Amino acid sequence: MSGDLVNLLADLKEEEVLALLKKKLAAGEDPYKILDETSAGMAIVGKRFAAGEYFLPELVYSGEVLKQVNAILKPKLSQGNKETKKIGKVVIGTVAGDIHDIGLNIVEFMLDVNGFEVTNLGVDVPIEKFVEAVRKTKTPVLGLSGFLTPAFDAMKETVEALEKAGLRKNLKIMIGGGQMDDEVRKYAKADAYGKDAMAAVSLSKQWYGVK
Amino acid sequence: MSKEWAELSPAEKREERFKRWISPPGANFASPQAAQAYKDRTTRLTRALQLKEPDRVPVFLPAGFFAASYAGTNLHTVMYDYAEMKRAWLKFLNEFEGDTFMSPGMVPPGRALDVTDYKLYRWPGHGLGNNVLSYQAVEGEYMKVGDYDALIKDPSDFWLRIYLPRIFGAFEGFRKIPSLMSFQEIATMGFVPFGFPDVQASFQALLEAGRESMKWLSVVMEVMGAAMAAGFPGMAGGLAKAPFDTLGDTLRGTQGIMMDMFQRPDKIQAAMERLTPIVIDSAIAAADFSNTPMIFFPLHKGADSFMSVKQFETFYWPTLKKVCMALVNEGVLPVLFAEGAYNKRLEVIQDMPKGSVAWYFDQTDIIRAKKVIGDKYCIIGNVPTSLLMTGTPKDVKEHCRKLIEICGKGGGYILAGGANIDEGNPENLRAMTAAAKEYGTYK
Repeated sequence: MSGDLVNLLADLKEEEVLALLKKKLAAGEDPYKILDETSAGMAIVGKRFAAGEYFLPELVYSGEVLKQVNAILKPKLSQGNKETKKIGKVVIGTVAGDIHDIGLNIVEFMLDVNGFEVTNLGVDVPIEKFVEAVRKTKTPVLGLSGFLTPAFDAMKETVEALEKAGLRKNLKIMIGGGQMDDEVRKYAKADAYGKDAMAAVSLSKQWYGVK
Repeated sequence: MSKEWAELSPAEKREERFKRWISPPGANFASPQAAQAYKDRTTRLTRALQLKEPDRVPVFLPAGFFAASYAGTNLHTVMYDYAEMKRAWLKFLNEFEGDTFMSPGMVPPGRALDVTDYKLYRWPGHGLGNNVLSYQAVEGEYMKVGDYDALIKDPSDFWLRIYLPRIFGAFEGFRKIPSLMSFQEIATMGFVPFGFPDVQASFQALLEAGRESMKWLSVVMEVMGAAMAAGFPGMAGGLAKAPFDTLGDTLRGTQGIMMDMFQRPDKIQAAMERLTPIVIDSAIAAADFSNTPMIFFPLHKGADSFMSVKQFETFYWPTLKKVCMALVNEGVLPVLFAEGAYNKRLEVIQDMPKGSVAWYFDQTDIIRAKKVIGDKYCIIGNVPTSLLMTGTPKDVKEHCRKLIEICGKGGGYILAGGANIDEGNPENLRAMTAAAKEYGTYK
């Protein structure tokens, strides 16, 4: 029975997921066990996305189903209890002058289902805000997203500001999105360019030294 | 014309449109040399678009708002100062040589956006820093799930009374307008809502935006006239969108449309069917008005990274193809600008007649595209934007040489950038023209 919720969620069966969830709760199942199952289901969604079976529509839709699941499940969970073990922090954001967030949100999703604790600073993020976030979180990994060409300079300036603030040494920076590529990576003096959200995951894992 | 327009075959209509583009009635050229240059350029482009070998590979310079930064100003300034807009674009016209000229028609009149409180976009000085060189769409669910039926029932009415008040703050008053069909027979009550102060305020804002746009348009037309006089044709007779993008970009939004693909696919299809004839009519009207046979389609949500091939075939391609074929039947040539990558679509998009459309690629593997669809459609592209912005003129020229060598083979190719650049080394644009001239000659 427990495997069902995992697979129903992975297969994006909205109505069946919600019906089963309510049934499980009514039967007095441990909500934390159910939470683990939803995480497992979302991890499969992430895997299918990485494998090219799922695309953006499936990701968006799975997020919506999860939102509904959480709305029902969250009140049953006592607060502060049972932290899931995360690999480590990653800070991401779309650079100044650019308000695009579709790619950014996919990266957040994929990092999250792959066990990272993600701080998403959102779009049009001023340079100082990146610097502040890196200083505060002490993250060793930063992801800069950008869709349009003005992002080239914004990325470069963000990297320079981190250098100036003395935060660059222990920090790995990856860039990605729209018109970005390895040329831009060189221009911005970042450490790596990732062509998609899966690359963001594998780069982060590599930098954290996990498989 | 000997035959009535309606009696002409699609091929005859197209020939007629290109003839009028190559020899525009009433054109005023600055000199016989400029007249000849205009004819050479339009002929060169026409032959490439028809999959033939021109005298040499034509080149589009991907200069979006480049003229502004090149002239030492920026987008924010030229949106509000039309004299500066004119100065910048004329400077670009005089100092660069592509086979076409991009008018400042994509620079929106800033005050018209201000007075109508436009919410769909952020632009420099309005939600973005003054120095940002682009305007950007604000993602949102401007059309709610519950609005599908209103859109499907009567798109114009939906637009006027529901959609416009949402995307323009100043058009709030339009919510109070009754259906215009309320004017029937005895005209008495029908006028009343137009007397409400907030409805009047909305119309005042609309009129003001109209007045501002006329000032803007006269400058845009002046620049276009100067380009024509100097022998440079415009390339885009107008813009159109794939019905899926119309619905997905600024009605339902990315999030909304992707949910709908699972939760209400039938509504998407019905709405797209409803939008299709509207897209067709406005595209044909634009081609007529501009006397330019090409209509540009910036394609967004059908790209490789947005959806699967199956979703593309189900949701994106059928209505886009329908729009394209309707334009082709009217002699118009759709130029499909595939933003992002279309590597997984090349096999799908082959199902239109030879020469019917042209494909303009951003990040698609254009070498493979030449192999797969190159004998069917003219292909356009795709010097990487990053190379144009950060590379040296030598690198750019070398990249162009490779593209010309492979994609230019046998004709049917136009050298262009991947996406437009708004700043950067001007010599990189000049390197594109130099490459087309040096390596692109057909013998």
